[in-house]
Amino acid sequence: MLSRTAENLYWLARYVERAEYLARTIDATLRVTALPAAYIGKTNEWDSALLTAGVAESFYQTHEEANEHNVVDYLSFSADNPSSIRNCIEAARLNSRSVRTALTSEMWDTINSAWIELQAVWSKGTSTREDLAKFLRFVQETSLRFDGSAYRTMLRNDAYWFSRLGLHLERADNTARILDVKYHVLLPEEEHVGGPLDFYQWSSILRSVSALTAYHWVYRETLKPWLVADLLILNGTLPRSLASCYDNLVRNLDQIGVDYGRQGPAQRHARGIRNRLEHSNMNDIFQHGVHEFIQEFITDNSRLGEIITKQYLI
Amino acid sequence: MAVAFDEMNIPGGDLRPAYQELARWLKETPPEALEYRRQEAELLFRRIGITFAVYGDSESTERLIPFDVIPRIMSGKEWSLLERGLKQRVRALNMFLRDIYHGRDILRAEIVPEDLIFQNPVFRPEMNGQQVPHDVYVHIAGIDIIRVDAEDFIVLEDNARTPSGVSYMLENREIMMRLFPDLFARHRVAPVERYPDELLSALRSVAPNSASGEPTVALLTPGVYNSAYYEHSFLADKLGIELVEGRDLIVKNNEVFMRTTEGVKRVDVIYRRVDDDFLDPLTFRPDSALGVPGLMSAYAAGNITLANAVGTGIADDKAIYSYMPEIVKFYLGEDPILKNVQTWRCREPKDLAYVLDNLSELVVKEVHGSGGYGMLIGPAATKATIEAFREKLKREPEGFIAQPTLALSTCPTCTASGLAPRHVDLRPFVLTGSKSTTIVPGGLTRVALKEGSLVVNSSQGGGTKDTWILDE
Repeated sequence: MLSRTAENLYWLARYVERAEYLARTIDATLRVTALPAAYIGKTNEWDSALLTAGVAESFYQTHEEANEHNVVDYLSFSADNPSSIRNCIEAARLNSRSVRTALTSEMWDTINSAWIELQAVWSKGTSTREDLAKFLRFVQETSLRFDGSAYRTMLRNDAYWFSRLGLHLERADNTARILDVKYHVLLPEEEHVGGPLDFYQWSSILRSVSALTAYHWVYRETLKPWLVADLLILNGTLPRSLASCYDNLVRNLDQIGVDYGRQGPAQRHARGIRNRLEHSNMNDIFQHGVHEFIQEFITDNSRLGEIITKQYLI
Repeated sequence: MAVAFDEMNIPGGDLRPAYQELARWLKETPPEALEYRRQEAELLFRRIGITFAVYGDSESTERLIPFDVIPRIMSGKEWSLLERGLKQRVRALNMFLRDIYHGRDILRAEIVPEDLIFQNPVFRPEMNGQQVPHDVYVHIAGIDIIRVDAEDFIVLEDNARTPSGVSYMLENREIMMRLFPDLFARHRVAPVERYPDELLSALRSVAPNSASGEPTVALLTPGVYNSAYYEHSFLADKLGIELVEGRDLIVKNNEVFMRTTEGVKRVDVIYRRVDDDFLDPLTFRPDSALGVPGLMSAYAAGNITLANAVGTGIADDKAIYSYMPEIVKFYLGEDPILKNVQTWRCREPKDLAYVLDNLSELVVKEVHGSGGYGMLIGPAATKATIEAFREKLKREPEGFIAQPTLALSTCPTCTASGLAPRHVDLRPFVLTGSKSTTIVPGGLTRVALKEGSLVVNSSQGGGTKDTWILDE
């Protein structure tokens, strides 16, 4: 297929995934900040939201402080923020238009309808909490519909695999960013802190990757910080864990490699990261330092993005 | 201006046969039901994303072309006459182009004046003596047809460069079949859906000799911001070919390749929807970012077919248009089946004098204009506009032609105050491959939605209709 088509499919999936992640982040932050101050401590959760979205630096160039009003607007609707939900959906639509021939009509319809709704219903932002909740649900449903229609309607060929690569790479990046911002509340078993304060932080992390219920199914335990870390980093059954994202990335890259009859640096690099995750356990990671581990992962992950681009997309 | 030819009603109260069933159906169908279906159609168009961009219109960059749900109907007999006329005309266009870029018999015979060719900016000296694969220049032609009476079809304009609109012909039919299955059941409407197949075989048939047995065809688009982008993606999809932009193509050793995820792949035929000027920055406009550097040398080397060929603009130029009856006669020795609109060439002093004396009754067009821009419709213009135009015309008479204001035929159309006649034209699409010329029965009917308006261009408030040719 055309390199430009593959590139568009890859970025299309990334934008949709990012929009959903931003919606979840806002949703989780709203829940935490709705609690009485005694439960959440002194941290500014809206500041954390900006950090996990990776846009804190650009935000503070035009804003003094982070609060619900300006962060929700910045993450959702701001034209100045290149990764605001609005801009993600705009970019996804533009990408879809350039690769219409590679999309199924269901996928196109999802993106195009979302774009139409964005303009018709949400062009002025949201004025009430209720409105905002509706908007966030709309974004998440768009992502679900898009992902579902890709899964159910696309031919299993390179077009599908490139779009999956974008999805999993973006997803791994998002999960890693939450961990990067919240690593200080994720402590190993010996360092018992507990207390209501951290409990809400942990549940908020899980909520932002839609894993709160999954946690209880996997561990049948009350929330423990080391288990939260284990679930998000190493558990292969949770679709948003780093391990699971890399299982998928390796598989999709292998499928492309087999189809094209040729492997390359992207396949090797992805396999390297997957192997490291496979052979890690939480004790080692805590010893090494969660923060360092995650930072390395984020660098490795974006490196994979660069390698894929160089090998296939330009 | 004469009374317009009404395609549905015969003066005196009778209906033309092709419209009898439609009229019965309209009588049975309440206006609310029509309005409801009209809204449904609009929703479908928007959801599918059948939009076009209007240049210089910042507030809404993507617009729908209004769709009128009342079909325009023609009998099979009328169509077969039109079809013969179209084939004849396109055959002559191709022979004319071949001649202009080779032997130039028609110039020696003094049928078309030389300066009209050689001083014409759309004449491409690069094409002199160049062999194009299978001698086909105009693979896809869109011939704009109007009617003023029940007997004749008149060509308003030949489009031999990159005619657009065929996606509307196909999508209008899709949507009509979805919305009005009952109405279709009561007619025998000739299908148009094989157009993409016909187009693909025509394009494959003209592949250069150096192509492999299965020639690779690609559609070259200027990109998502082009006003006809939807059509480009739609056609690429229906043909199952890659939709490429200039940056996807490279030329190596005079062969054209596209960049793919598996390395480069040779392209043999390019259905290009990019104008001549922008095709190759090394030959034409150096500032073009839409083109492919080196494309013209690959073309000269005979390794790529461009459809349509470079330099076809010389055949659909409005000044050349006035010579078409003579051109048909010269190459084919036949009388033209389709008529021309009477045309005054302002470059000729006698014609200019007549035009200047009768500006308020004539339509004056720029020789190189398109899309309905830059023309004067005398009867509808104010005195001041006419005087301003007069000055323009005197300054540069060779830039204009004039025609009588024709009463385009009318068809019943949905309006705010119920069904009413509105003026229409028709653009059928004529495909020429190495062996044959084909036309799917139908075309794009454009309708001027404003009462009394004669301008059907979508950029100026025109709409479209589905066009039915009855299979008899």
